[in-house]
Amino acid sequence: MPNAYSEDKMKLNKKVKIKTKNDFGIVVIGVSKGGMKALQILLGFIPITFRTPVVIAQHRDEASDNTLIEILQKCTALKVKEAEDKDNINRGVIYIAPGGYHLMIEEDHFALSTEEAVLYSQPSIDVLFESAAEEFGNRSIGIILTGMNKDGAEGLKKIKEAGGVTIVQDPEEAESREMPDAAIAASKVDYILTIKKIGEFFKEENSKQ
Amino acid sequence: MNNAKIEEIEYELLLEGIYQTYGYDFRDYAPASLKRRIRKCMNDLGVNSISAFQDTILHEKKSFTNFLNTVSIDVTSMFRDPDFFLAVRQKIFPMIRNLPFIRIWHAGCATGEEIYSLAILLKEEKLYDKVRIYGTDMNEVVLEKAKNGIFPLKNVQDYTKNYHNVGGDVNFSQYYTAKYDNIIMNPALKKNIIWAQHNLVTDGSFNEFDIIFCRNVMIYFNKPLQEHVHKLFIDSLTIGGVLGLGKKESMHSSSFRDNYKDIDERVKLFKRVK
Repeated sequence: MPNAYSEDKMKLNKKVKIKTKNDFGIVVIGVSKGGMKALQILLGFIPITFRTPVVIAQHRDEASDNTLIEILQKCTALKVKEAEDKDNINRGVIYIAPGGYHLMIEEDHFALSTEEAVLYSQPSIDVLFESAAEEFGNRSIGIILTGMNKDGAEGLKKIKEAGGVTIVQDPEEAESREMPDAAIAASKVDYILTIKKIGEFFKEENSKQ
Repeated sequence: MNNAKIEEIEYELLLEGIYQTYGYDFRDYAPASLKRRIRKCMNDLGVNSISAFQDTILHEKKSFTNFLNTVSIDVTSMFRDPDFFLAVRQKIFPMIRNLPFIRIWHAGCATGEEIYSLAILLKEEKLYDKVRIYGTDMNEVVLEKAKNGIFPLKNVQDYTKNYHNVGGDVNFSQYYTAKYDNIIMNPALKKNIIWAQHNLVTDGSFNEFDIIFCRNVMIYFNKPLQEHVHKLFIDSLTIGGVLGLGKKESMHSSSFRDNYKDIDERVKLFKRVK
């Protein structure tokens, strides 16, 4: 099967990274409050044999923690878990950043912080993405979905600079295009894809595992 | 040697230098957040390398004080996590009601919002008169703010909402006086609070307590340092006493886990059983 996502005509960067084997260490996803639907659809596309840990930072109210996990768990057979301080980052798990904290990656585990909100956001997508770039470098994949904020643009840029793969949801498709647009403006992203095509990206990476 | 590796060396030297110069030990702090704050201070000073930052911070006490403030100041509020304070009111107070005297240690109290919250609940449950609350923090500057009990007026709406969410049923404004852009907490709330400088990393146990709260402080420590602090709490908490942590702090990897039973795991309230 041809590499479906790389054939997408929306693709910006011609230089496709050829990897014979998937050795990615982390997938980080940023989405803002209104992105529940996009997130649900995307999680449904992630193959159940996908091993690379997936970490999601979604802007949200602190109180909505448990409901969010329940809703997302219904979309996937992979385990969905809210990250707690110093939890080990395990393969085959989808982690959600808790509300009211920043979530960072530190070696093989998570670290939390309650330092001030960044771009009015806590969790901040930038903070999560920057820590992914720092810890995993070119073994990280960053994905920005729909959102009404500029959060994530700087973080995605850091992932790009570290040699990781960067993906942004097609702004035409996104419910709010501000966050995808900001990410695209901040750095030369690798792929601009619809949610469905991002799903295909996961399938493709999965086949290389 | 690449830049990342050199920066790692600089980072370790900086922490060693701070420890030897000022006695504050950040060497076992969790690096992700500490590095962010170091970068923030570097930006403020306009220096480009950690070595240059070290030069400034070791020679100028004022730069170190700024750094310490950056490290110690966090987002907090009165009745932060209303679920936690509601559980304290409903589950913890009945446990301690019959004690003749109650000692509470709030470790890492920062600017004190949570201590005043606790004091209000204790007042309302008619427990305040037999309580002594020890509020400690490593930073004298924030401790001074806590002692003054003056908070920005703009936060009052949130505080009031939180207060009602923890079962508060009187007018919240009776607990403070508004003045200009601030509120000043009622002096009666301060009567049984003792404020003291204490560093969880380098200072030992100083009393025996019935309740220890340490919320969102240990998230900044690495696992071995967290373990060290858990040991300090075991040395300071009476059997049957209560430990309260931040909402997303877990005890499951601690070797002291078996010393505690869950009171309410959801809000991280534990009872020491051995």
